[in-house]
Amino acid sequence: MLGLVGTIPEESFPLTCGRTLLKEGQIHLENRSIAVNRGTPALIAAAAETLNYLGSSAPFCYLVGDIGSGEGSKQLYKHLTAGIRESSFTTLALHYFQPDVALFKEMLQEIRAMAVQPTLIADAGFMYVAKMGGDAAHFDLFTPDAGELAYLADEEAPHPFYTRGFILHDHNEVPDLIERAYRHNNAAAFLLVKGASDYLANKDGILAKIDQPKEEVLEAIGGTGDTLTGIVSALIATGMEIEEAAVRAARVNRLAGLYAKPTPATQIDELIKQIPRALSEVLSDNERNKTGEESGAV
Amino acid sequence: MFHLFRRKKKRSEPAGPDRGILVFENTTEVIRAETVLQEQGWEIKVKGPPPGLRSGCDLVIEFPLIEELSIIRKLSEDGIKPLQVVPVNSVLLEPVDLLQIKEYGKYLMVRAANMKITVDRETRLIVNLSGGGCPDVPYLAEQMVSRSLDNAPQPREVGYTLCAYALQIAFDRVVELCSA
Repeated sequence: MLGLVGTIPEESFPLTCGRTLLKEGQIHLENRSIAVNRGTPALIAAAAETLNYLGSSAPFCYLVGDIGSGEGSKQLYKHLTAGIRESSFTTLALHYFQPDVALFKEMLQEIRAMAVQPTLIADAGFMYVAKMGGDAAHFDLFTPDAGELAYLADEEAPHPFYTRGFILHDHNEVPDLIERAYRHNNAAAFLLVKGASDYLANKDGILAKIDQPKEEVLEAIGGTGDTLTGIVSALIATGMEIEEAAVRAARVNRLAGLYAKPTPATQIDELIKQIPRALSEVLSDNERNKTGEESGAV
Repeated sequence: MFHLFRRKKKRSEPAGPDRGILVFENTTEVIRAETVLQEQGWEIKVKGPPPGLRSGCDLVIEFPLIEELSIIRKLSEDGIKPLQVVPVNSVLLEPVDLLQIKEYGKYLMVRAANMKITVDRETRLIVNLSGGGCPDVPYLAEQMVSRSLDNAPQPREVGYTLCAYALQIAFDRVVELCSA
């Protein structure tokens, strides 16, 4: 079962847990409906589309309203710390959240005490706090973009805001930043780096480079990273190995972007609508086009 | 292809023993205090806290220690109370100062650290915000996207976190570029 944890940009949204239903462009959860937009709602919608396509049950979500004060995040940290040990998620994806090292470590300790360890995925605020607290290596997959990769590579930066210029500079190639992130123990077992080209890497180096189809403007569209994390989390939750899931997810996300005919002003719901079509194409290739044969695989 | 721009500022130097730092409950308080103190002309800088004071999404204000009393008094008048006032005894982290700029026809995207803002240069409309990981990023997007650069709320006015602060840096640059 896939568990998703994140925040909703609405101060009054209460701490809510349950299985989601994606219907007519809205996420439905426990008598509440949530607009599909960038952030955790985009992650949920992409995961739900993927699981639905594959005939799997919808993701179980832990959500709370937080517009940046951190109050909602604190509530949810404590809720998860109190109960996550007894859950039976096979895959757990942690997303937009207020970084708080002390509360995060308490929660992570409980996750690590689960009877069966879930595949642990982090993006956004949870990826920041995992690196900030020196806990990156406890995760199976991080999904940073270029700016976030530079943050992971900077052993001194406690937040992307403090990434030093000589690391953030464009002359640094993605493989070099990946190597630096692993050298300082600031990366998960796998990194899926999203950008003009997507890279899958582990401590031994680049495993795959996915650069087709190419839609340069996707970088400007808020939520394209969230959808990638949602798709890869859902594929892993259905039993696919991380390496294969990451490469497939990157292709699905890029294809869905292509089908959305994007401009820099396109909103993320347009891409999410195209995920089933993209899944159909990428997964139908499954048997004859294994991971190592992906376009640009290295 | 990105164009890179470094923000204009003096080269970073270790803070001297005459500097102190104000530590606040959250980044919102830091932004409020920064605004109040800058309006009064104090020479302050927003920086990253030393390792012993980091808890999560943190900023501190570096200030001339000799002016502690008057600064605390002014903040108190505005209802702002720092959690701690301590002398600087280590090098403080500098905020991001490298901006990356990309053009897509009539659209212009500026990235500061992990935050990106994209604007239609012809209409001055903010068409997208992307990146970030703190919970105010989706909220900021709701508040700012489809609004003009001239009447959109600024990230520092409605945001709370370091992601909002990074977005403010990108926002300032995009305003500058679209006014040129």
